[in-house]
Amino acid sequence: MIAEAPLLVAEGLGKTYGRQLGCRDVSLALHEGEVLAVVGESGSGKSTLLHLLSAQLEPSVGRVLYRTRDGALRDLGEMTTAERKFLARTDWGFVHQDAAAGLRMAVSAGANVGERLMAVGARHYGRIRGAALDWLARVEIDPGRIDDAPRTFSGGMRQRLQIARNLVTKPRLVFMDEPTGGLDVSVQARLLDLLRGLVRELRLAAVVVTHDLAVARLLSHRMIVMKDGEVIEEGLTDQVLDDPREPYTQLLVSSVLPA
Amino acid sequence: MNAPAYNFAYLDEQTKRMIRRAILKGIAIPGYQVPFASREMPMPYGWGTGGVQVTAAILGPGDTLKVIDQGADDTTNAVSIRQLFAKTAGVCTTTHTAEATVIQTRHRIPETKLGEDQVLVYQVPIPEPLRFLEPRETETRQMHAHADYGLMHVKLYEDIARHGHISTSYAYPVKVDGRYVMDPSPTPKFDNPKMNDCAALQLFGAGREKRIYAIPPHTTVVSLDFEDHPFEASRTQASCELCGADDSYLDEVITDDRGGRMFVCSDTDYCEARREARP
Repeated sequence: MIAEAPLLVAEGLGKTYGRQLGCRDVSLALHEGEVLAVVGESGSGKSTLLHLLSAQLEPSVGRVLYRTRDGALRDLGEMTTAERKFLARTDWGFVHQDAAAGLRMAVSAGANVGERLMAVGARHYGRIRGAALDWLARVEIDPGRIDDAPRTFSGGMRQRLQIARNLVTKPRLVFMDEPTGGLDVSVQARLLDLLRGLVRELRLAAVVVTHDLAVARLLSHRMIVMKDGEVIEEGLTDQVLDDPREPYTQLLVSSVLPA
Repeated sequence: MNAPAYNFAYLDEQTKRMIRRAILKGIAIPGYQVPFASREMPMPYGWGTGGVQVTAAILGPGDTLKVIDQGADDTTNAVSIRQLFAKTAGVCTTTHTAEATVIQTRHRIPETKLGEDQVLVYQVPIPEPLRFLEPRETETRQMHAHADYGLMHVKLYEDIARHGHISTSYAYPVKVDGRYVMDPSPTPKFDNPKMNDCAALQLFGAGREKRIYAIPPHTTVVSLDFEDHPFEASRTQASCELCGADDSYLDEVITDDRGGRMFVCSDTDYCEARREARP
């Protein structure tokens, strides 16, 4: 199923904040329809990596390449800011851990979903609203809430709304930063279920940063384990989780409390 | 001492040159907000300090000045500004739109069609059309730079979702020359179509916010809208009770405390001219 040319390529990526190390020498390739989990403890550099991959941070060394819809593999660092912004609101999605950071809390759910459509030129109110209703239904939000502000939504609903807002322009690649963090377990389970369905249905590629190994197991095909800014282990998710090689990964896997 | 206390048109020449440079830049990039070093003026912010500075910078001894406030020539603000320039620049003043070469305005565009030998100077309180959607100036400047205007339509979407139609009735956002989204200052949206392809030069001055922007003559100015909710230049469905005009923008005047009211032209010059022309 996986196409031959990768969608996103990182080459020798590194980021330092002054003398502080963010991450070092990360190389990876992500193919269309593939979900990559990035796991590691707090401060291991996974968020830095996610921001580098999504061009929200500039790398200190190395580069990130992205295959645009015309098939060309392009260096994100050499694109203009306008081109990167355009990618970010058409081809990409970014799901924040804190839904408030990814939503406009004061405008209605419908406008939140419609914003990306309007940003790329949709100018027909009826069709924008139709798309918003369709997406609210797909993420299991009562369409009757379309004119309510996300302020009035529960944590789980906000997160689902954020996902709808990101997927409405049919992106090819979604970055997720702890998408289920801070939600209670039953809500987490439903959200994961939803994400898994959408990723498969839309053949989305995704990079999911998480400290929760269960999330990685449920969502991802491959995973990388980070420690102190470096990738210490990578492989197929089941392989890494069932048979970890590195002592640190073994520790991580064995630290999960049995349910 | 009888030496004149003020320079011609109140502002000193260096300041006027600085403002003219900002104006020229504004004309070169239609709709773009040019920062300028706004001065303290002998009036409070919100009374037209930006407009006054622009007027002072472009005024010459041969000009004829008209000042209107909400369409009227006879309000305190309009009278004071007209007197300021009559005194400090010695220019002729008028209330007749057709006679004026420079018209400073607050919140209206005259009903009489403007010509190419005229300049319309707007007083602008908040020049940033995205301000109430995105409070950070650093962000809005980037959004303008990248023509990232999805947010502007979010506001119009919200209007329709809430009220069934675009309820924004003044300061209605426009796109200038197909590029910059601009706040036309709090003019009623009834006036928006007059900005399009206008023969006169339109200058905008925001004193407190320190911004100048411009629409050169005959520039395309489009009011933002949706295909299925097109822009409409609305006005009260009534005729002026003084001159009978049914095509002008009307003010509602409360005449007593028992609910009495009348509708009259907001443009006093237009109304007077129509009444004089009547047999």
